[in-house]
Amino acid sequence: MTTKKLLASATLAVGMATGAFADGHEPTTVGFVYVGPVGDGGWTYEHDQGRLAVEEHFGDAVETVFVESVPEGADAERVMTQMALQGADLIFTTSFGYMDQTIAVAEKFPDVKFEHATGYKRADNVSTYSARFYEGRAVQGHIAGHMTESNIIGYIASFPIPEVIRGINAAYIHAAEVNPDVEFKIVWAYTWFDPAKEAEAATVLIEQGADVILQHTDSTAPQAAAQEAGNVVTFGQASDMAEFGPFPRVSSIIDNWAPYYIARTQAVIDGTWESTDTWDGIAPGMVEIGEITDAVPAEVKASAEAMIEAMRNGEYHPFTGPLNKQDGSVWLADGEVADDGTLAGMDFYVEGLTSEIPQ
Amino acid sequence: MDLSSINPVLLVASLMVAATPIMLAAIGELVVERAGVLNLGVEGMMITGAICGFIVAVNTGSPWLGFIGAAIGGAILSLLFGVLTQLLLSNQVATGLALTLFGLGLSALMGQGYIGIKAPAFPDWDVPLLSDIPVIGPIVFQHDPMVYVGIFLVAAVWAFLKYSRAGLVLRAVGENHEAAHALGYHVIRVRLLAIMFGGACAGLGGAYLSLVRVPQWTEGMTAGAGWIALAIVVFASWRPWRLLLGAYLFGGVTVLQLNLQAAGAAIGVAYLSMAPYLATIAVLVIMRAGRAPGSLGQSFHASR
Repeated sequence: MTTKKLLASATLAVGMATGAFADGHEPTTVGFVYVGPVGDGGWTYEHDQGRLAVEEHFGDAVETVFVESVPEGADAERVMTQMALQGADLIFTTSFGYMDQTIAVAEKFPDVKFEHATGYKRADNVSTYSARFYEGRAVQGHIAGHMTESNIIGYIASFPIPEVIRGINAAYIHAAEVNPDVEFKIVWAYTWFDPAKEAEAATVLIEQGADVILQHTDSTAPQAAAQEAGNVVTFGQASDMAEFGPFPRVSSIIDNWAPYYIARTQAVIDGTWESTDTWDGIAPGMVEIGEITDAVPAEVKASAEAMIEAMRNGEYHPFTGPLNKQDGSVWLADGEVADDGTLAGMDFYVEGLTSEIPQ
Repeated sequence: MDLSSINPVLLVASLMVAATPIMLAAIGELVVERAGVLNLGVEGMMITGAICGFIVAVNTGSPWLGFIGAAIGGAILSLLFGVLTQLLLSNQVATGLALTLFGLGLSALMGQGYIGIKAPAFPDWDVPLLSDIPVIGPIVFQHDPMVYVGIFLVAAVWAFLKYSRAGLVLRAVGENHEAAHALGYHVIRVRLLAIMFGGACAGLGGAYLSLVRVPQWTEGMTAGAGWIALAIVVFASWRPWRLLLGAYLFGGVTVLQLNLQAAGAAIGVAYLSMAPYLATIAVLVIMRAGRAPGSLGQSFHASR
């Protein structure tokens, strides 16, 4: 990491120098802080694709720098401070756990714009952005409910934060909708990225009877474990993971950050950047559903695609009542749709899930 | 909670698999430390072994050649550490940490073209007759060969240190390098060989992750396994069989906590997640920690 950081700083310095001489004014510098390696094949990989798209779009007008595998904690603050000191105009911090650090560093650098992914704390120079992954989870749940024969669906969760809980709820609601007997076994890995641990979690779930594995961790290790087991269905997480198709990977959620990153960089160049909260789903294209393979029966594929279409044109919201909370109390009345505030801070399971959320 | 969904046979079988990468790396480091050298670069050598093994296995189609490649890759990287600390007398702690950072970066570079590729299959090796024994068969005799290689290495290291003349020399070098030098032994040569053995073992442990456990190449895939291996060496008080116990205990509680979670145990997940570390530390401490080799971490030069 340190080596790369040095290289990144060197690139930044060189880039700024040449840019300044070339056309008389400095290029806009955009920094990215990643939680995993750019080669993880999942979450960080897609953010880096977004960064590359920014470079491609703006050419010489924009320089990008990135630091990968930054732990969520004090290190993140140091990395962000370093980026800001070295002249970054806009910094994307791409993990939930960077939230407080982003706010703290932003306070010290009022002229630098910050964008924090999946968080909820904003300031005059801090925006938040996230994707409505739960729309994709709903599609996965729908397919998973149809595909499971053992009626046990394994779920590799990362940390007990609203985003992950939202995904579990969305998947469960739509699996139980088509298959009332379905049961969710949830393992909390307490990591975003640890291939060996993710593989172990997948193996354990398979040994305990799961024949569908959903993952909210970033590596492709669970896909490989499912492939070895032979008859287990998986879904790509954050990235298409198409190399595991057509089976076990039968579909995927793809995060497409490029349009957002380009738009926000443009806003900084134009001087129109403002602190906002963006939460886009399938309709604007921030969430894409990877190809549903032929391993899925045609009628299931058709109903899943109908659901995607309904979410795209706004006819259907994955959290539509009647829905009860896990303790049986009413959450949403018949036809009522969940508001964004509740979804953003979701800290409860819906009725039917048997385990407890770790505190 | 539905404990009946946990199959104890599968549980014990998978703990042996989960423990193997840590055990391989730790047994190598044990020899290095018994020779009086502290190499904190285990993580870097593991990840380098993981990618070297993966590259060789993918290009030749043979996992066995992959493991050999991993051992060579790990040994070459450790030789860099050996030259710096033994011949140029650099600080072992700093050099070891640098080796980890270097290994992580080097492996990411080497692995550029290997993301998303599948490793050739490494089939389980059912021991004839023995694997048919109920309960014990599936637990002990139906694994991939590297699980047995790991156990064999622990036994071999134990016998080497305890009974062989060369093992005695190695321990002498680790306990008091000046005395060993005065007796006419080549301190530097013994240490370089031990360092290379440690590198080769760490490479094997890394390759076990990329070729068997995961099995694919992902950047940073060791995710701290090397540091666990280092800790187990200390807590096992530099003794091979305790090291085996520590690795199995760590692997066992890791697998058990995942099983308990999946079965819906009513224990807090945070407690379950810390259980492997707590259990390993507790047991190995209770077994009375031994003394570190006398010259551990000290540089040696014949002129002093």
